[in-house]
Amino acid sequence: MARLDRRAFVHGVAVSAAAAAAGLPGRARAAALTDAAGRSVEIPARVTRVFPSGPPAAILLYTLAPDLLLGWPRANRADEREFLLPDIGARPEVGRLTGRGNTANLEVVLALKPDLILDVGYIDPTYVSLADRVQQQTGIPYALLDGHFSKAAETYRALGTLVGRKDDGEKFANHAQSTLDTMTQRVARVPEDKRPRVYYARGPRGLETALGGSINVETLEFLGGRNVAAERRGGLAVVSIEQVLLWNPDVIITIDRDFAASVRQDPTWAAVAAVRAGRIHLSPKVPFGWVDFPPSVNRLIGLWWLAKILYPDLFPEDLRALTRDFYAMFYHVALSDPQIDRVLAGRD
Amino acid sequence: MRNVVQPAEKLSVRRSALPGFMVALLILFAGLAVAFTLGRYPVGLTDVFDVLTARVTGHPSGVAPAVESVILQVRGPRVLAAALIGAALAVAGTAFQGLFRNPLVSPDILGASSGAALGAVLGIYFSLGVFAIQGVAFVGGLVAVAAVYLIGSAVPARDPILLLVLTGVVVGALLGAGVGLVKYLADPYNQLPAMTFWLLGSLAATGVSDLVPLFGPVALGTLVLMALRWRMNVMSLTDEEARALGVPTGVLRVAIVTAATLVTSASVATAGIIGWVGLIVPHLARTLVGPDFSRLLPTAGILGGGYLLFIDTIARTGSSVEIPLGILTAVVGTPFFIWLLASVQRTWS
Repeated sequence: MARLDRRAFVHGVAVSAAAAAAGLPGRARAAALTDAAGRSVEIPARVTRVFPSGPPAAILLYTLAPDLLLGWPRANRADEREFLLPDIGARPEVGRLTGRGNTANLEVVLALKPDLILDVGYIDPTYVSLADRVQQQTGIPYALLDGHFSKAAETYRALGTLVGRKDDGEKFANHAQSTLDTMTQRVARVPEDKRPRVYYARGPRGLETALGGSINVETLEFLGGRNVAAERRGGLAVVSIEQVLLWNPDVIITIDRDFAASVRQDPTWAAVAAVRAGRIHLSPKVPFGWVDFPPSVNRLIGLWWLAKILYPDLFPEDLRALTRDFYAMFYHVALSDPQIDRVLAGRD
Repeated sequence: MRNVVQPAEKLSVRRSALPGFMVALLILFAGLAVAFTLGRYPVGLTDVFDVLTARVTGHPSGVAPAVESVILQVRGPRVLAAALIGAALAVAGTAFQGLFRNPLVSPDILGASSGAALGAVLGIYFSLGVFAIQGVAFVGGLVAVAAVYLIGSAVPARDPILLLVLTGVVVGALLGAGVGLVKYLADPYNQLPAMTFWLLGSLAATGVSDLVPLFGPVALGTLVLMALRWRMNVMSLTDEEARALGVPTGVLRVAIVTAATLVTSASVATAGIIGWVGLIVPHLARTLVGPDFSRLLPTAGILGGGYLLFIDTIARTGSSVEIPLGILTAVVGTPFFIWLLASVQRTWS
C-alpha cells in the first residue's frame, strides 16, 4: 500500500521539463499534479478526451465533465441510458484497464487518442505499477485518484485540476463534503449500541454477504450501521441461513431483486428479526448502484437512502426531492415523478 | 491396469462383506448425528430427537419455534442433501471406475460437471432465478455427456473406452473455456462473485424446495445402477469376453453412463462443483468390502453419504463464513490421491 499525503497538490515544473527533454512536443506542460499514489502526473494543457480505466473513473468523470468521456468500460443498457445524457450515455464500450483482468487493448486506447487516462480506486501496488507501465508504454498521462468514499471531495478537486475545470471540481467537492459531513454529524449522536445491526444480502438466495472492511459495505460502515458479518474482515463470502438466524439482524439491505421478492414468503427466513419487522430494503440501482457498486460517487445519494432506513428519525428529508436534485446535478438529467418511482423501486 | 483373471479370482473368495458394510453404516449414522447436532445455531441432540418424534407422532414438540425451524427448514434439508449428494457421487464414481476399468476416474470424467458449470454460469450471466439456474446446470451436464458419448461412439477406435475418456477430457476442456469466457464477460461486481462461489461448491442455500429436484433424478439413477450392479463385474472384462458370457456391453454401457450422469448432474446442479468424493469413496469402500460390485456399490453409496455429511459439517461450522465444499474435499482428497497413486500398482494390477 502506498500510503501518502493526499492533500498535496504540488505544482512543479520538473515534470514538464523532463517531458520536454524526453521529446514529447505538444505535451510540454507547465504543471504537474501529485496523484493519490504519490506519482507525479503532468497536467495536459487542454483536455478534450479522457479514457476511464474502469467504472468508478467513468462515473466520476461523467458527473464532472461528461463531454470529456471517451466511452464506458461496459456499454450502458437501455434502462441505464434513460438516466444519463442521451449522447454521452450511448458512447461506446471501451473496456477496462484496472489491474487484474484487463479487457481494454492498449492499441485501442492509443487509437482513441486520449489526453489523459483516469483511474479511480484503491491505491495498491498492482494499480500503481499498472499506471506506471501504461503511462510509459503510451506516453499518455495516467492519473490514479483515491476512490475511498471519505476522499470524494479531494478526488473531485484533483479531477477538476486535471481536466482544467477547477470551479466545477470545487462545486462537486463541496456538495460531496457537505453530504458526508451531514451524515457524520447526525450519526455521531446515536450511541453505538442503538445503531441497527444490518445484514447485507447478495445473490438470489441472499446468502452472499460482505465481511468487515469490504468495499461493498463502505456506505454502511460510514453510516455507523453494525454489519453483522464484520467479525471477520475481507471481501465477499457465503454464509449459511443458520448463521443469519444466529446473527438475527434488525435490517436487511439487499441488491438482489429475486431475494427481496422471495424472502418474505420464505419459511427459513421467517424467524429473522428484520423479516418479522418488514425491514428488508432493495437498493435502487439505475443508472448506477446506490449502496455498493460501482464504488464511485453514485453512492452519495445512496447514503441518504441508507441513512433514512437506519435512522428514520434523524433524517426527515424527502428522498424524492434529494433524488431529483442529485440526478440533476450529478447525472445531468431532470427526472419525472414516474422515473423517480422507478428508481426508488430498485428494479432494473 | 487391465487384468482379466483377477476379479474372477476375487469373486471366488467370497469373504464376508458384512463387517465392512456395518462400518460404512456406522459412519453414515455417526455423520447424521454429528450433522444434525452441530451447527452455527445452537441445537441440542434432545431437541433434534423431540422435533423428529413430534413430527412422526403429530404431537407438539415443546421445542422453541426458532430451534424447530432450524431443524426442519434449515439444517434438516441440508443434512439430507449432503447425504444424498455424497451417496450419489460415490455410486456414480464407483460405476464409472468399473466401466472405464480405471481407478483414477471420477463421475465428471465425461463432462457432466463442466457441462453443468457452463449451464450455471450462463444462468447467472442471464440473471435467471435460482431454480432456473439449477435447471440449466442439470441440462448442461446431460447435454455435455450426451455430446461426449455421441462423438466417442461415432469415431471408430480399437479401444472405445479409452476414446470415450479422451473425448470427455477434450470436451471438458472446451466447456471449461466456455466457463472462462462467460466469467470474463460477466459483470465483475454482481455476477462474477456469484459464479465463483457456485464453482467452488456449497450446500449453504439448500432448503426444503431443493430436495425435490435433487431427489428425483438421484433416486432414479441410483436405482438403475443398483439394479445393474451384478452385471458391472462383467465390465472389467473385454467386450469380446463379455459377449461370450452373453452380456450386451453396449447396452449396459449406455445404461450406466446415463444413470451416473443423471445423478451427477442433479448433484452438481444443486451443490455446485464438489470434486473428489466420487474418486475417493469408491476406493475406501473397496478396502471395506472388496471389488465385487454387488456389495461395493451399496457400500460406496452409504460411505459417500457419511463422508459428505462430515465434510459439510466442517464447511458450515468451521467459521461464521462458509468454507467452500470444493476446497474442503480437495484438502482431504489430495493426500489420499497421492497415497492412491503410490499404492495403485498393488491393488489394481
